[in-house]
Formats: sequence, structure tokens, C-alpha cells
Amino acid sequence: MKLLFEESRPGRGECLIPVCDVPEYALDPACLRSSAPRLPEMAEVDLDRHYTALSKETYGVNCGFYPLGSCTMKYNPRVNEAASSLPGFVQIHPLQPAETVQGALRVLYDTEKLIAEITGMDAMTMQPAAGAHGEYTGLLLIRKYHETRGELAQRTKIIVPDSAHGTNPASAVMAGFSVVSIPSNPEGGVDLQALKNAVGPDTAGLMLTNPNTLGLFDPNILEITKTVHEAGGLCYYDGANLNAVMGQARPGDMGFDCVHVNLHKTFSTPHGGGGPGSGPVGCKAFLAPFLPSSRVREENGKYSLFDPEQTMGRVRSFYGNFLVVVRALTYILTLGRKGIPEASEGAVLNANYMMKRLSEYYTMPYPQPCMHEFVMDIGPLKAETGVNAMDVAKRLLDFGIHPPTMYFPLIVHEALMIEPTETESQETLDAACDALIQIWKEAHEQPEMLHAAPLTKTITRPDDVLAARKPILKYLFDEN
Amino acid sequence: MGSYIPSTEEERARMLKTVGMGSPDELFSCIPPEARIHDLNLPDGLTEMEVSARMASLAGENRVFASVFRGAGAYRHYIPSIVTTVTTKEEFVTAYTPYQAEISQGVLQSIFEYQTQICELTGMEVSNASVYDGAVAAAESVLMNVDGRRKKKVLISEAVNPDVLTVVQTYCESRNVPLTVIPMKNHATDPEALRKLLDSECASVCFQQPNYFGILEDAETLIGITHEAGAKAVMNVNPISLGLLKTPGEYGADIACGEGQPLGLPLSFGGPYLGFMATTKELMRKLPGRIVGQTEDTQGRRAYVLTLQAREQHIRREKASSNICSNEALCAMTASVYLAAVGPEGLRRVALNSVSHAHYLAARLSEIEGFALVEDSEFFHEFLMTCPIDPIILNEKLAEQGILGGLPIEGGILWCATELNGKKEIDRLVDLVKEAVR
Repeated sequence: MKLLFEESRPGRGECLIPVCDVPEYALDPACLRSSAPRLPEMAEVDLDRHYTALSKETYGVNCGFYPLGSCTMKYNPRVNEAASSLPGFVQIHPLQPAETVQGALRVLYDTEKLIAEITGMDAMTMQPAAGAHGEYTGLLLIRKYHETRGELAQRTKIIVPDSAHGTNPASAVMAGFSVVSIPSNPEGGVDLQALKNAVGPDTAGLMLTNPNTLGLFDPNILEITKTVHEAGGLCYYDGANLNAVMGQARPGDMGFDCVHVNLHKTFSTPHGGGGPGSGPVGCKAFLAPFLPSSRVREENGKYSLFDPEQTMGRVRSFYGNFLVVVRALTYILTLGRKGIPEASEGAVLNANYMMKRLSEYYTMPYPQPCMHEFVMDIGPLKAETGVNAMDVAKRLLDFGIHPPTMYFPLIVHEALMIEPTETESQETLDAACDALIQIWKEAHEQPEMLHAAPLTKTITRPDDVLAARKPILKYLFDEN
Repeated sequence: MGSYIPSTEEERARMLKTVGMGSPDELFSCIPPEARIHDLNLPDGLTEMEVSARMASLAGENRVFASVFRGAGAYRHYIPSIVTTVTTKEEFVTAYTPYQAEISQGVLQSIFEYQTQICELTGMEVSNASVYDGAVAAAESVLMNVDGRRKKKVLISEAVNPDVLTVVQTYCESRNVPLTVIPMKNHATDPEALRKLLDSECASVCFQQPNYFGILEDAETLIGITHEAGAKAVMNVNPISLGLLKTPGEYGADIACGEGQPLGLPLSFGGPYLGFMATTKELMRKLPGRIVGQTEDTQGRRAYVLTLQAREQHIRREKASSNICSNEALCAMTASVYLAAVGPEGLRRVALNSVSHAHYLAARLSEIEGFALVEDSEFFHEFLMTCPIDPIILNEKLAEQGILGGLPIEGGILWCATELNGKKEIDRLVDLVKEAVR
């Protein structure tokens, strides 16, 4: 496909902006750029077709099954989109007086209350713009807590299990902590003895993804949080996998002090090809004074903004990705009291169903019933046929299915992590299982074909090494 | 009502049987009973018709102003129709981060095009695929050159947007990076103060162009002083202004960053917005966030992939340059479509009309007694003006007429005009202000 810049022709393009209706102001020439930016000049019809072509080379949840582990690619209901495009939400300035944005403040307030109930927390901020941003914000709560108790200099370590998302250790470092990684036990949970050895007077806290990235709920969860608390640390719940347990169990009841949730996973807001997401953070009452500024409160039916007394400051401008919050509120109000636990039940059922069907062929390193996702180990298949996790994933593209998360978690070397979500029918799950079973057979019969997969897409496998070794990160006007 | 679950009760019962379970509750038998709950205190679910009405009613409790003279970090500009058409295409809306390049060439190419446009706009060599917003972009930028050993502290101008300042402060404090605010003089960064504050331990100096008060900083002098001390210069810029103004690249800045919202994104009560970041080849490997690069497939065809991932959290974990994972991809695409739709001439007109309307507005308001520009410096499309009455009362009177007036801040009112605030609208505003202060 041609780039915009290759389609551009001088002088083309629609006239969208009128000539100035007041005297043109002449800025000091010393302030002006020497030449115009080389932006595309295109007729609208060609621009429209350009993006239609690009959309055809993009695979969304609307195109088909998307069992990308730990990403909760559930269907994005259309009514959420309709709500988030209402002019009363889209066309309001963030610095309008509170009395003119009561509906928007109420969106933030109501969403906070609903998600606080779902997670078992007392207070929330909607400011973080993504999951990792939420992790960072949660860690700042922990930091502020130790700081106000005069223990920050001593409590410098965050404990992170080795099955955690890479964002956990990276966020801990951004929040000024150092990371202690602890191993998983043979059942895939936190190694309790290793945890007990790791905690101490230098422990600031623990970050735990639960269910973890193997799709397993840690049966020792209560003892884990107790161990960290007894050492004087706080417990952070990475809610990336909340879809497995919402309405069934709450981080707040398990002893966690703060949590982030991904609205773009659990609460069905679309991911936009990599954002905007939203990563609200909830906490227990004792951490609420440290939350970011611009919280919403209600008094006698009037909503207003306020800054918590010992606020950490802010992690983003204004109030977060507001339109994403609108979508999530629409979703939660739709599902309600019964629909929320139904969703997690459906997610766990679908995952177990796929796991059961595939376990006749593929190796399940953790064979116990899973939660919302499970990990297959392609290692044995590779030893037998030479076909690796990448090959299986790439072949799945030919079946019109988005591959699972590959090579994660790191503790399973040839991992494929499958998360079907609750919004898929049995036929869709069966079709994916059939495809994976066929690929298993192909691996034994014609492994060479799988090394070359995908065979039916507009491009074959791209050369990642070349991209990194000779970076071309923009269109090179002068060489074309 | 319902949870978007396609399978019927009967189908679910069959699937349960397949997995060897007798009841749905068994699915959660791994959860310790003490941690299990069986009910949530939530309202009952709603049908689509009901929830549509509820959301419309909430939206209806917000006031949409026909006429907006307020900016201060969020700017109302004309959004071409094609922008919404493109950015509501479902594939773009519902895709995940493009990990699987073979079925994501569309979104990858659009990010590559965005990166190119950001480089053209800023005059820099390398752009990332976006970060959360302009304030976070500034925070990530000032921290890019801190190495904790020789370069351990950073400076930021007092004349940046206060939200940007607070976010940068929050990020620096958590990383234990000392941050000093460079005082301003006449509502612009004071070069002499900068000179005194700089030393060899300073990693970077950040200022905003045009600054929070709309004033054009003496970027050349500020960057010159910064470089003399061996620090890197971070310019936080308004992308619309770059339709006219000298680019960070031309000034010799090391990093350009800013809020991309003015490029086709609606006000949306503060988000989703778009943080853009661009830098030099020298600093390329320190740039946080996703970056798309061009490569070839096994048949030698041009293809795009996420690249330079050795910087990122999923590879480097605690040694990563940042924790960013999701960014604002769809907002980046929005900016890219916007820039392609307006083209170089359209962008120039948007910038020119904005600056001209702002100057016309300033001149007209100055006719009224008690309204005067606080500074006589060159400004872009915002300016600080005194106000003879309580600005809040003035704004209440304007609001009655459907106008969102300038933002009351210390020293007066911060007014803003864009290409949307035409002569008629400005004349009407001035008449209403005259009446209000009489």
C-alpha cells in the first residue's frame, strides 16, 4: 500500500478553512519556520480510500475471534460508542465551571462508586490513562503511605512474582522502588516460602496479578496478603485479569490495599489499535488522602472537584480518558448486578472448554481447571516436530483467527496464552479448537509449511531484525 | 441487561458437562471460600433502550457552549468531517496493539505515517507512536536524559501549563530526580535565572512554546544557554502553532513534545488526548513508548513492524526506558488524518487565523476601560489580560449568552481564540463584555 506521502500531489486537497476575516497578523519573521511541513496534499476521495484500504489490513474484534491472552478482547458493544459520541460529552471543555458539567462529573462519580463496589475498594481515581499508568499511580499511593509514616527511606523494595506482566517491574522502578523477583511454585502460584524469605523491613509492597498470567487463581491469596502486611508492606492488585473474578471475589476482600482495573479489558471499551485505554485505581480509605488531584465529590446532589489533602499530585492532565469512562459506565449499567458475575462465569467457562478440547493434543503445563485464560506449552510439539509457538500462532492467521499471546509468561518457554472471553459462542470456540487441532496435525505431517506461515496474508513474516538493525522510522522524502 | 454472552443456557450446560463440572459455581472452586462473594451491591442491569436514555440524560446535564474563548491546555478547532469517518472505522477502533504484523499492516502503516508527520511538524528526526497526553510527554521527555550518575537533575520553566508542571513534578519526585522551577519574568522564562540554575549535573531544561500565557519564548537564547551547560533542551510545543512557527528542530532542541489534542481531537472533557514526542537520532534509543519501523517480509515486500523493542518493558522489565504499554494509537491516527485532510496550506491557515483572531480579540477588548494586555510581548493565540470586574461574574454573564469566556487566572483572564472564533463572534463578545462591565 502506498503511503500518504507517495499519494500526495502538489496543489491537491480540499479547502477546509476560510480566508481570515480579520486583518492577518504578521508575526515577527524571526519566529517563523523556514519551510512548510511536508504534509500530504490529497483529494478527500483518495484520502477516504487510503484509510479504507488500511482498515482492510487491520484485524479488529469486529472481524473475528481474538483470544489474545491477558488482553481480554471481548466484544465492544455499539451502545457504548453511541454514548461516548454524544455532543454533551464530546464538546465540553475540561475547564468549564462545575455547574455547567454536572453530567460529566456525575459520570466520573458514578463510575467510581460502581467499580469500587466491584473491586471492594473505598475510593478511586479515573486519571490514569492505561493499565501501566494505573500501576504507577497505585505504587505512588504505596510510596506516599510509607513517606508519611517516615519509612520511605527504609522501605525501598517491591516484590513481583516472575509470572508478572513486564509493566509491573517497570512501573515499580518509575515509582522509585527496586524490584525483588520471586519464583512461582510448581503449581504456578506464588512460592510462599520464597515470599516469606523475601519480605522484611525493606518491603514497601507486593504487586500481584490474580488470577496470574497462567490463568490460575492463587489458592494462598489470603496468606500472601497477610505475610506482606505483617512485614509492614502494602498489597497491590494488578487488575488486568479482573474479568475472571468480577462478581465472584473482590481484591478488597482478599487483603489488597489498592488495585488498578483496565477499562479497555474488563469493561469492554475498545483498544483502538493500542489505546486510548483507561486504568482507574482504587484504594482502601487509608490511602484515599494520597490519590491524584481533581477527584469528584457530591453534596446535596451537586458534584464538584476537589484535591485530596495529601495528594500525590497528578499523573495526567485533567481527569483521565473521560470518553473511555463514559463507555465503561454504559457497560456496567447495562450488565448490572446479575450481568457482572455472568460475564466472569462465561469467561471462565469458555476458557475451560477450550482448554479441555485442546488438552487431547497440546501440552497443558498447568493442567488444573483454569480461570479466564490458560497457557499451552508448545515445547513438546517443538521437540517432536520442530514447529514452535511462533509457527502455530502464525498459521492460525490463515484460519482468520487472531493468535494467542506468544512467548508469555516467560516461565513457560514456548507459551501460547489463550483468553477466549465470554462474548464468544460455542461455535466460535469450536472453530478455533478445530483450527488448532488441524495445525497440530500439520505440524506432524508438513512442518515446513508451518515455518512459512502465514500463507494467505498480504505479507509474509516481516524481518524484525532488519527493522531494528537499520531503523527506518519515518518516510524518507529525500531518498524517494 | 445481559452480558453480551451469545451462548444459551442450554449450550452453557453442555459446555459445563464437557469440562466435567456439575454447576457454574464449580468454575470458581479454586477461590478460597472466605474470599468468595455471592452478590454485589449494584443496580439491576438495563436494556439498551434504557441505558441509551440514561446516558443521553447525563450528557444533557452538560452545557455545550456555542462560542468558546477558553484554551489553557485544551483547544477547540474545526474538525474536518473525514476525520470522524476514518477514526470510527471499526477495525481501527477495536484492534489491539499490533503485535501480529501480518494482520496489522493498516494500523502499523498509519502509525508510521503519523511518526513522519510529527517529524515534519517538529523538525525532529524520530517520533514515537504516542504517549498518554501532553503532560506525560513532558514528564517522559525531561526524564529521558537523567542517568542517575552524572546527569541527575532537571529544570522546568514556571511558564509552562500548571497541569504539565504538576505531572512533571509527580514523575520526578517518584524517580528521586530533583526538579527546580525556573522563575519567570514578565510571564516568560527568565534566561538569566536559567543561566544561574544550570550546572553540569542538569540533564534537561523544559520550556513551553507558546507558553501557558500564550507568549512566544526566546527559544534561541534558552536553548543556547541550555546547551552551553551540557544539558538537553526539551520544547513543549502546540502542534497547531507549528503551521507557522519556527520548529524545535530549527531551534536546535533535543526533544520536542506536546499535547496533540488540537490536531482533530474534540475537547471531550479532557480526554482521550494525545502526547507526542520526537527527538534526534542521537537520543532515539532512549525514546520511550512504541515505535513503528519499516522493514521487509520474506519476499522482500515493504512491511511495517513495532521495532526497537529492546527499550521496552515486555523485554527489559525493570530495566526498560518506561513502563508504557498501551498508548493513544487511535488518537495518533486522528491527528494523522487531520494533518492529511488540512494539508500544509490548511494547517498554515488554521495557525494564521488563530493568531490573527487572537490579536483582533486583544485589540477589541483593549478598547474597553480596565482591559489591558498584561505583557506587550509577542503572543500566539492566547493572552493574559486584566479585568476590571470579578472575572467569574463576567464569565457568568457571558455564559448566559452561550459564551465560555477566558479562564480566570492570577493576574486576570487568559483568553484564547482559534480559527473558529470569527470576527462576528469576537465583535459580539466584545459588545457583551462592554455591557457586563458597565
